[in-house]
Amino acid sequence: MGYLWLVIALPLAGAVTLLLFGKRIGEPGAGTLASSLVGAAFLIALVGSYDFITGSGHAEVVSGFAWIPGLGIELALLWDPLSSMMTLVVTGVGALIHVYAIGYMHGDPRYGRFFTYLNLFIASMLILVLGESFGVLFIGWELVGLSSYLLISFWFEKPSAAAAGKKAFVVNRIGDFGFLIALMVIFAEVGSLSYGTVFEEAAEVMTTGTATLVTLLLLVGAAGKSAQLPLYVWLPDAMEGPTPVSALIHAATMVTAGVYMVARTGALFELAPFSAGTVATVGAVTALYAATIAIGQRDIKRVLAYSTISQLGYMFMGVGAAAYVAGMFHLVTHAFFKALLFLGAGSVIHAMSGEQDMWKMGGLRRLMPTTFATMVIAWLAISGIPPLSGFFSKDEILAVTFDKGGWFVVLWVVGIATAALTAFYMTRLMLLTFWGEPRWDEGVAPHESPRVMTAPLIALGALAAVGGFLNTPFRLGRLGAGLEHFLEPAFEAVEQAHLPAAGTQWLLALVSVAAAVAGIWYGWRRYVERELPAEEGGVWDSLLAGYRVDDLYGRALVLPGKKLSEAAAFTADMKVVDGAVNGVGALVTRLAAWLRPIQNGLARSYGVGILAGAVALVVWLLASGGGS
Amino acid sequence: MTVTAGWYMALAASLFTIGAAGLLLRRNALVMFMSIELMLNSVNLTFVAAGRELGVLEGQLSVLFVMVVAAAEVTVGLAIIVAVFRNRATASVDELTGLRG
Repeated sequence: MGYLWLVIALPLAGAVTLLLFGKRIGEPGAGTLASSLVGAAFLIALVGSYDFITGSGHAEVVSGFAWIPGLGIELALLWDPLSSMMTLVVTGVGALIHVYAIGYMHGDPRYGRFFTYLNLFIASMLILVLGESFGVLFIGWELVGLSSYLLISFWFEKPSAAAAGKKAFVVNRIGDFGFLIALMVIFAEVGSLSYGTVFEEAAEVMTTGTATLVTLLLLVGAAGKSAQLPLYVWLPDAMEGPTPVSALIHAATMVTAGVYMVARTGALFELAPFSAGTVATVGAVTALYAATIAIGQRDIKRVLAYSTISQLGYMFMGVGAAAYVAGMFHLVTHAFFKALLFLGAGSVIHAMSGEQDMWKMGGLRRLMPTTFATMVIAWLAISGIPPLSGFFSKDEILAVTFDKGGWFVVLWVVGIATAALTAFYMTRLMLLTFWGEPRWDEGVAPHESPRVMTAPLIALGALAAVGGFLNTPFRLGRLGAGLEHFLEPAFEAVEQAHLPAAGTQWLLALVSVAAAVAGIWYGWRRYVERELPAEEGGVWDSLLAGYRVDDLYGRALVLPGKKLSEAAAFTADMKVVDGAVNGVGALVTRLAAWLRPIQNGLARSYGVGILAGAVALVVWLLASGGGS
Repeated sequence: MTVTAGWYMALAASLFTIGAAGLLLRRNALVMFMSIELMLNSVNLTFVAAGRELGVLEGQLSVLFVMVVAAAEVTVGLAIIVAVFRNRATASVDELTGLRG
C-alpha cells in the first residue's frame, strides 16, 4: 500500500486546485472535478482493501518522514481493516454526497469554494483515520474541525450561520483541550505517540489510575467531536450549513471520529474499565436525552440533528461495552441511512423553496416519489425494522450490552426506550412531511429534485436497505459476520465483548422490534389524522428549545466569560495598562510645560544665556584659586 | 615704553566686549555675524600674545584652528542668512522666532 498517500493527496489536490481556479472552472466543472477525485480515492481504497476482504491481508504501516525527529514523532499512515473501513465509508458516502451537492448547490455564487471546502474536509478526515500515531490523528482532528467551521458558516451573510460556525468551533475546542492533555500524558508516560508503541507498552507502563485519567480525557475529546453530553450543543446549530454538509460532516463522517478514536484506543480503555463504563453510560444517556428532544422539534433538519446525537450515543454505548465491531457496524449503517435522511430532507427543503418547518409541509409523497421511497427505507432502517440495516447494527449493540450484565443491563433498558422514541419521532417526521393535507405557504410549488440529486438517494437507499447483511448477528450460515471477520485483525490485541447465545439473541431482537413497532404505531395513530395535534405550550415548548440548555450554558458559562473579557478589555487594559502608558506621557508633558518658556525663539536672549554662562564659569574658575 | 602682553590682553578684552555688546544689542543678523567675528578675533589675539609671552607654539596653532572654523562657520551662516532673507524679506533676528517652545 505504498500508494496509500494518493488516497489523501487526491482530495487535497482537488481542494488546492479549486481554491486557485474554482471560480474560473465554475459550474458544474468544480463539482464534477471534486466528486471524481473523491470517487477515485474510493476506488484506490477499495483496491487496497481487497486483501482484507478475502481475509489474507495484514496491517501495514506506511512510513512518511520524521516530523519532530527529536521526539521521535513520525508522519506515518496505518492501513489496517479499521482504517480501511473508515476510508471506504468516508470516500464512498462522501463521493455520493459530492454528486448530490452538484445539484443542491446549483446557482450558488460561491459554488467553487463550496467544493474546495468539501474536498478539504475529505482530505482532513482521511488524515484523521489513516494516521498511525496520535500526532497525525490530532492533525486530522483539528483540520476536520476547521473544515466543519468553514462549511457551517458557508452562508456567512446570515448572522445565525456565522454564529453557529463560531459555536461549533469553540465547543469543539473544549473537547480538543481534553484530547491534547491526554496526548501529553500519553507521551510523558510512554515516550511515543505511535499507536504500535503506545498500545504495546501501555499495559506495562501505565497504572490503572493513569490509564483512567488518559481515557477520560480522550472521552472529553470524543464527546466534543461526536456531540455527546455535555458538549453536544453545537451540532443542532450546525444545521445552518448547507444540507450536503449536514449529511456528510454532521451525520455520516466527522461526528463519528470520536467513536473511531475510542475504538482505535481500545487497548487503553481495556486498562481502565471505569472509563469504558463511563463511555457507555455517556452514550446511553445522550441517546435517550437527544431522542426526547428530537420529538419536539419542528425543523426537519433539527430533528435529524438530535437523532444523529442520539444514534452516536448508541455507538458510544457499543464501543464503551468493548463491542468494537458492533459500534463500528452501527457507524457504517448509520452513515448510510442518516446521510440518506439528510439528503432526502435536503431534497424536500429544495422542493419547498427553502422551507424547513415540518408544520408547513405535508402531502409530499405523490409529488416526490423518489425522495419519498428512499426516505421510507431510511425511516424503517433507523427505526430498527428488520431486515433493514439499522435493525442489525442497533440490535447487535443492544445484545452485547445486555450480555455484559450488571450496570450494562440498565443501559440496555435505556437503549430499548431510545429505540421506541426513535421510531416515534421518525414516524412523526415522515407523516408530517409526506402524508396528510398540504400545509404549504403560498407560492410554494414542490417538485421532484433533478436526477443528479435523486441518484445518490437511490444509491444510499440501496445501501441502507441491505447494509445490515454486512454483519448479521444471527450467523445465517455464510451470510453472517462478514464485518466481524473483516475487522478481526484490527482488534486482535484487545478483549472484545461477545454476543449472547442464539436464543437470547432472538429474544432481545424481539423486544427491540416490539419497541420499534410500538413507536411507529403510536406515531401513526397520532399524526395520520386530518387534524394534527397542537404541540404547543408546556413540555412541547421546553422540548422545542432543547430543554433550554443553550440558555443555561449562556447564563452559566458564556455570560461570565463575556463579563471576564469585558473586565479585561475595559478595566485591565483600557484603565490599568493604557493608564500607565498615558500617565508617563502626561507626566513628561507637564514637566515640559514648566520648562517651555525658556525657549522663547529670540536668538539674542540665547546669546545672553551663553554669555552669562561663560562669565559665571570664569568667575568660578577665578574664585576657586584660578590664575595659577 | 615697551608693549607688554598686558596691553594685548586689554585690547583683546575691549574688542571682545564690543563684539559681545554688538551681538546682544543689534538686530540685524549680518551685523551680529560681524560681532561674532570680532569676538573670535579678540580671542585669537589673546592666543598669539600668550604664546609669544610664554614662548610656545600652541598659541599660534590654536589661532590657525580658530580661523579655519570661523571661515567654515561664516560660509554656512551667510548661506543661511541669504536663504532666510529670500524667504522672509527680513534679516532681523527678532522676527525669526519659529523655534519658540
